[in-house]
Amino acid sequence: MQLTVWTYEGPPHVGAMRIATAMQDVHYVLHAPQGDTYADLLFTMIERRDRRPPVTYTTFQARDLGSDTAELFKTAAAEAVDRFQPKALMVGASCTAELIQDDPGGLAKALGLSLPVVPLELPSYSKKENWGAAETFYQMVRALAGPHAPAPGTPPRERPADARPSCNLLGPTALGFRHRDDVSEVTRLLSSIGIEVRVVAPLNATPADLARLGDADFNVVLYPEIAQTAAGWLKRTFRQPHTTVVPIGIGATRDFLAEVAALTGVDPTPALAGAPSRLPWWSRSIDSTYLTGKRVFVFGDGCHAIAAARIAQDELGFEVVGLGTYSREMAREVRGAAERYGLQALITDDYLEVEEQIEALQPELVLGTQMERHIAKRLGIGCAVISAPVHVQDFPARYAPQMGWEGANVIFDTWVHPLMMGLEEHLLGMFREDFEFNDEAGGSHLGHGSKRSNAEATAETARAEVDRASADVKPRPDDTPVWTPEAQSELGKIPFFVRGKARRNTERFASERSIPAITVETLYDAKAHFGK
Amino acid sequence: MSQVATLQASSQPGACSAPEVLRERGQREVFCGLTGIIWLHRKIQDAFFLIVGSRTCAHLMQSAAGVMIFAEPRFGTAIIEERDLAGMADANDELDRVVARLLARRPDIKLLFLVGSCPSEVIKLDLSRAAQRLSRQFMPDVRVLNYSGSGIETTFTQGEDMCLAALAPELPPEAPDAEASLMLVGALADVVEDQFLRSFKALGIDRVSVLPPRRSTALPAVGPNTRFLLCQPFLGETARLLEERGARRLAAPFPLGAEGTTAWLKAAADAWQVPEQRFREVTAPAQQRARLAIARYRDRLAGQRLFFFPDSQLEIPIARFLARELDMQLIEVGTPYLHRQHMAEELALLPEDVRLSEGQHVDNQIDRCRAARPDLTVCGLGLANPLEQEGLTTKWSIELVFTPIQGFEQAGDLAELFARPLVRRTRLEV
Repeated sequence: MQLTVWTYEGPPHVGAMRIATAMQDVHYVLHAPQGDTYADLLFTMIERRDRRPPVTYTTFQARDLGSDTAELFKTAAAEAVDRFQPKALMVGASCTAELIQDDPGGLAKALGLSLPVVPLELPSYSKKENWGAAETFYQMVRALAGPHAPAPGTPPRERPADARPSCNLLGPTALGFRHRDDVSEVTRLLSSIGIEVRVVAPLNATPADLARLGDADFNVVLYPEIAQTAAGWLKRTFRQPHTTVVPIGIGATRDFLAEVAALTGVDPTPALAGAPSRLPWWSRSIDSTYLTGKRVFVFGDGCHAIAAARIAQDELGFEVVGLGTYSREMAREVRGAAERYGLQALITDDYLEVEEQIEALQPELVLGTQMERHIAKRLGIGCAVISAPVHVQDFPARYAPQMGWEGANVIFDTWVHPLMMGLEEHLLGMFREDFEFNDEAGGSHLGHGSKRSNAEATAETARAEVDRASADVKPRPDDTPVWTPEAQSELGKIPFFVRGKARRNTERFASERSIPAITVETLYDAKAHFGK
Repeated sequence: MSQVATLQASSQPGACSAPEVLRERGQREVFCGLTGIIWLHRKIQDAFFLIVGSRTCAHLMQSAAGVMIFAEPRFGTAIIEERDLAGMADANDELDRVVARLLARRPDIKLLFLVGSCPSEVIKLDLSRAAQRLSRQFMPDVRVLNYSGSGIETTFTQGEDMCLAALAPELPPEAPDAEASLMLVGALADVVEDQFLRSFKALGIDRVSVLPPRRSTALPAVGPNTRFLLCQPFLGETARLLEERGARRLAAPFPLGAEGTTAWLKAAADAWQVPEQRFREVTAPAQQRARLAIARYRDRLAGQRLFFFPDSQLEIPIARFLARELDMQLIEVGTPYLHRQHMAEELALLPEDVRLSEGQHVDNQIDRCRAARPDLTVCGLGLANPLEQEGLTTKWSIELVFTPIQGFEQAGDLAELFARPLVRRTRLEV
């Protein structure tokens, strides 16, 4: 058993719902008790969808368990097909139905329906949402494109000399982080080098669209968490190569274009001509100098976390001090990326562990999910959201992709926004005691909403009081050096967003040198030792 | 699963008409009882709710309220994993380990509920034995109780019923010769609870307690001289267990709207033989205020046709309020479960031509709703946007559970909740 308060991912059948809801003309019959229908509101409320997800829940109750839940499933499936007239039917079980082992796949088959039925086996007690989405997408692709697969040994299809190269975009789902806009942006990007997008799937795809996936020359894996399994199968079955670079950020977008160019033989230079994104100049512009070396902590799903770390370090000049993911399926890739920054990746789905690390690292900016946004808010650190799990705020009305050139613009704006502006930060450092203009007030461009709440400020004062009180009474058991009142007050003059780091560095400096009491001198000795 | 049985309600004492009830079976677009934890964990300030369930349960808890309550909530989920099911780990040992870790982290917790879920019920994990075992281990610091909030047994607000029912046997006994006392049963917003306590005091009813209490260490006593008023319409099991302890329920409509609140207070006043004159003096000013506040919305709401999808069992009392005090027209009032005895006073007040439905077959009900084209549809969050898109104006029902709506001072607020979507419709020109 695992004790959880918040969870980064839902159960795997929610992943399957993200596929079903993204698609058209499909219906998902889910063997599930009453209450599992909560998942509908993820789509209708968080994503503001104006249609119910195409899901029928069998809604068994305790009194059905002794009798015939299988019959209930069959009735529900037959009724759903009759009412909604889908072109393909997905069937499966939620966590509770998995335990009663009614075999929805077999039951649906027994109904002899005249449409493709895709049984989904999604183990709820070992797998999670993204895995469920990937497995479902793969099963759908296999079931619908499979009948059109070339016979083994057939030589790969040659593209006629006069035909434009074409691809499919794989991975965008319902409830995805900016998937809607990423699709437009990547379609535009590919079109700028003359590549046609045939099928986008699963988002807005019909079963017929999946059936013709094999017609394209290659596949673009937009989100490996969701599309990798299906793309791997398409590669094996249709000899369709697929991309491996996720085009988030300037460098990654360039690499992506180079990869596409290598796959198709097209010239990528038209896409690079001029200044397709503002990010490079915005970042070089001297007003961005203050971004240099800002310490950032990055956490999210695998592909977004890796991309964010690269942008932070290489394109904005931040320092990545922590990198992690909740996507265990992407652990290897994230570990590899972390090594680049001399870090050990944090692979966990326990948000308390993430919180602990953020608290210990005291970054100046957190790039994370909605969970990290809450953690950062509590700790008084700026934060920008880079990845699912999503919140209603992550579905903006405006065009706001993460991928491609426009995605880089969006990212620049979004990440820089929570930070204090350059000169303002200096002034705060110089005049800590101004009663109106101080670091407790937050950046002047952020309005009153950004003000650190009194509760947070009070909590911090309270912590400091406790620190002081315990320091006065006795040396702490773990030999942590004691702060003298003068040094403590000097520490208070350091702006809050770097104060934690200064405190930690000074304490480390003192304990390494067995200095029992931290004086103002020690504080500055440590500052000189560690640099800013 | 779509068999529809149309039954004639057995006639109730006091009911002048027996409304027709459509009972349906099918897909239910409702929450399970776990969702009650969202308000209960705030109401009882030293209690912790540990769901023994699956990742789905944990995901529901953070999605249901639509907000993540990151101020360390007093609930969590012990997620059953494959190794627990495969017998590689003993589920009880695992539970003990999780509870020990939790209580070490939260020394302020005095009452721990182990909350059963669909998976824990299906694998027959005996949480009552686990609760006894853990209670022995952690008493007197922490009392451990259990109840089920599973979707296979409970719908939404029934979770609170199960929780309070778990508390009922724990209440200290009151001496048989104790002076008569009044217990208010059902979680209310603190502000409403305080208003009611003031009202009873003004009526001269001094010995008044509440269940659930704000602190678990202050459980109210119960005995043959306890009379109780239900503050919420979904507490069938709790009421039954309190009656087993000798307490007697004061039958009344629920305290929604000026009329409901007056009748509810009157039930206690009569039991305590409060003189009519005194009752009027105490209640008249607030009643007058409530009527004034409600009147502001009557123009907007009168004559508007209303359709309720089932959600919290609050549907019938609220429909009664809207029909009688705001002159709205009821097309259909759906309720997940109809407790005929507790609802008798409400049913007697409902207009005769209303269609009541119990249970749900959501697709059929949507068909009926579309056909009726109501002016206002009360439904859950999963249905609201899709119905808005079809041109229907909706009111999301969960707000009725998360807003103080009971009592005189909130009667206007309750009316406003229904007027707002209609006002918004007329304002928007996009």
